Amino acid sequence: MKRNSIGRELPDGYRPYGEEHPAAASQRIAMKPTPTAPIFLTSLSDVFSALELRDGMTFSFHHHLRDGDFVANLVMAEADRRGLRDLTIAPSSLFPCHKPLVPLIERGVITGIVTNYMNGPVADAVSAGKLQKPAIMDTHGGRARAIEAGDLSIDVAFLAVPTVDRRGNGTGRVGKSACGVLGYADPDLHYAKKVVFVTDEIVERVDHPDLDGNFVDYVVLIPSIGDRAGIVSGTTRITREPVGLKIARDAAALIDAAGLLKEGFSMQTGAGGTSLAVVADIRRIMVERGLHARFASGGITAQYVEMLEAGLVGSLRDVQDFDLDAVASLTRNPQHEAITAAQYGSPDFRPAPVVAGLDFVVLGATEIDLDFNVNVTTDSEGRIIGGSGGHADTAHGAKVSVVVTNLVKARLPIVMEKVTCVTTPGSDVDVLVTERGIAVNPKRADLLDRLRGSGLNVVPIRALMELAHTITGVPVRPRPSGRIVALVRYRDGSILDVVSSK
Amino acid sequence: MKIGSAGTLESNDALVTVQEGVGIVVSIDSIVDAFFHDRIEAEVRGELARMKKQNVHVTIQDKGALDFTLRARVRTAIERMEGSQ
Amino acid sequence: MRTTLLFIPGNHPAMLQNADVFGADGLILDLEDAVAATEKDAARILVGEYLKSWKLETPELLVRVNGLPSGWLESDLEAIACDRLSAIVYPKAGVEELYEVDRILSEIEKKHRLSHPIGIIPIIESAQGVVETDDISYLPRLKGMLLGGEDLTADMEIGRTREGAELAYPRARLAFACKAAGIDAIDTPFADVHDTEGLLADARTARSLGFTGKAAIHPNQLLTIRTAFRPDPKDILWARRVMAAAQDAAKKHQGAFSLDGKMIDKPVVKRAEGILSRAGVQDGAIPHETK
Repeated sequence: MKRNSIGRELPDGYRPYGEEHPAAASQRIAMKPTPTAPIFLTSLSDVFSALELRDGMTFSFHHHLRDGDFVANLVMAEADRRGLRDLTIAPSSLFPCHKPLVPLIERGVITGIVTNYMNGPVADAVSAGKLQKPAIMDTHGGRARAIEAGDLSIDVAFLAVPTVDRRGNGTGRVGKSACGVLGYADPDLHYAKKVVFVTDEIVERVDHPDLDGNFVDYVVLIPSIGDRAGIVSGTTRITREPVGLKIARDAAALIDAAGLLKEGFSMQTGAGGTSLAVVADIRRIMVERGLHARFASGGITAQYVEMLEAGLVGSLRDVQDFDLDAVASLTRNPQHEAITAAQYGSPDFRPAPVVAGLDFVVLGATEIDLDFNVNVTTDSEGRIIGGSGGHADTAHGAKVSVVVTNLVKARLPIVMEKVTCVTTPGSDVDVLVTERGIAVNPKRADLLDRLRGSGLNVVPIRALMELAHTITGVPVRPRPSGRIVALVRYRDGSILDVVSSK
Repeated sequence: MKIGSAGTLESNDALVTVQEGVGIVVSIDSIVDAFFHDRIEAEVRGELARMKKQNVHVTIQDKGALDFTLRARVRTAIERMEGSQ
Repeated sequence: MRTTLLFIPGNHPAMLQNADVFGADGLILDLEDAVAATEKDAARILVGEYLKSWKLETPELLVRVNGLPSGWLESDLEAIACDRLSAIVYPKAGVEELYEVDRILSEIEKKHRLSHPIGIIPIIESAQGVVETDDISYLPRLKGMLLGGEDLTADMEIGRTREGAELAYPRARLAFACKAAGIDAIDTPFADVHDTEGLLADARTARSLGFTGKAAIHPNQLLTIRTAFRPDPKDILWARRVMAAAQDAAKKHQGAFSLDGKMIDKPVVKRAEGILSRAGVQDGAIPHETK
């Protein structure tokens, strides 16, 4: 065991966070197009027969169908029927809909998971120590880097594609399971040894394909790739909850006071109710002062589509769509651009990933500690409930990263001595906004200077923790002591932290 | 059997049920049990002591109630128990 | 300064524990209309515990009690009496009842050895209350009067409108009575929590009639109320110039003087002072909302 630069104990055999890359920046070599046109099949069984599959292989998936995805479950059920064992799955995220994978984990069909986010029964199974190997928790940009650098080698990518044409070109913009952009599928398409598109709609021709048919080996048509209700949420709503609104208002005031709302600024925010309220406030300020944003990036919602169409935002750099309005806008608005996972957040993307051009990002936190390390991977008992997604990528890339959270949730202080698990290192986190005060990372002396005299309630982060303790009492912090069930991998491939079972 | 209850299962509240019994028995089911079990129990026992109760069985279903809420719910439940027949 | 008083339901722990973060000048913890008859005991004990044990600094803490006719008043006061309690907000107030409430409060204060007297903010929400406002305003313990538009219009058997023309008379009476007695005049809450524009207009009307503040029934109403009661930037600018000119005149030992060709005398200077004091206090309280 050794400690990394943020004091987290790691098992041997991994590069600790904070240590230099052994080699120079990893190479990025695109796979060659497949020599022949893709072969069209009509069942997963036929695909499995056509591919030479062995125990121990790695299958990848993307998560654009979110909690409505059928594809990972169907593919892994077929793998089980064929008696394959010791497989690693590499989906960009896992949701409650992936519950059917749990028995496969228990029976050793699946023994490894590499993903950016997991929530639901699979996450519970991993937390309980049922997966044989530690799961690897990447970031969205880090996953693209890992695939391109060969750290994550994919034998077969099974990619859910809502519409595929006769040449194998794919799009997520149309089709009965339309989900919008397919940005997270892009590295898999270009770097997996074999690529299978799983679709429920084949058309003559896709005009502006998001996925290039030249890289596809097989296209399989099945009755349904997903459950519409789980794919897009339909509506995303600004919170009316008063504490959330107060936090949002203060966050917007902080972003303004920090001087970030200048003509041509760029931003990213999540799709949570508080983030939406921050954007609503920023929008109000923009209208009042006649300001325009150059771009907004990340997961796109109806709110950003409205701002694009109102001329407030120059372009949307969209890596995934959260609602139907965002999906529809993609076809309607030329300034609504699809981007790939690597382009979005990979540290190796040249000249620079989109996140590096962000002026600010607004992020959530399950926990945050006195060093500003943020946890969005586990709950405070150490159970996996999420993962970085783009958290660590945007926090690193943006000039100012703002974390918004309630100071206390269900009697638990959210600010603490040491987070249960580090998802995003404190060196990438600049400001914390809570309903009882704002804390600025002391390394951002420039921000502290700019906020002086703003009237905002800026206090040391320790004062926020003490305030929380006054309200709730000091909690006993249980330390899981079981075996390591997951490794949190930073976007550069180094290890930030581990998750242990109880 | 005299019985009383107070509170709700809403966030930051607790549903407290008390009944006459031999000695004090406190059973806690809390969403923050891992972090506050001992503190919740101490708070409940403290309130019973202030009310000079020595023979009560208390059941707490806690949704993250702060100490002041726990004390209030215990006291209300006891008063209701004593007022019931 | 009681520009914003926020009602918080008394039997709601989640709202109680966050009530102090919204920047209200005072919190009215409600044991009356927000609490079902079967939960009055639970609510008064919960509010009592909150008052006695909440460790952080809070805005002024008030409790809306149940009135004498309910039979719950004395139990309410027993449960909530402590030094943290600034005043009770007393519903459906009439002058005779308030004398009795004053007597009961004196007993409670003695029994609980309170370090300061408990104030009263009566709610004027009956026709009788309106015609008695002048007498009520001079009772002991009074910190202000609160208009209760909902119950008042029900008592008058008239409708309540978004524009509030039906409240013109009671508002005027209450504002004058409060000013004369040197206490706060607090306007009725605006019922539709989603109608921000309606609230803004309503609060501006109240302010134009001489009200010093307005009650809120939802935290999301506070910013709007504060905006309505904040002096106009043009008025602040004017007041600054008046004060500067007044200092100038004082140096020259002039009584009255002129500014922009208009005569400035003592009442005008006083008005300018009032504007600056309101602006200063409010801007200091939640400056980030002044953007």
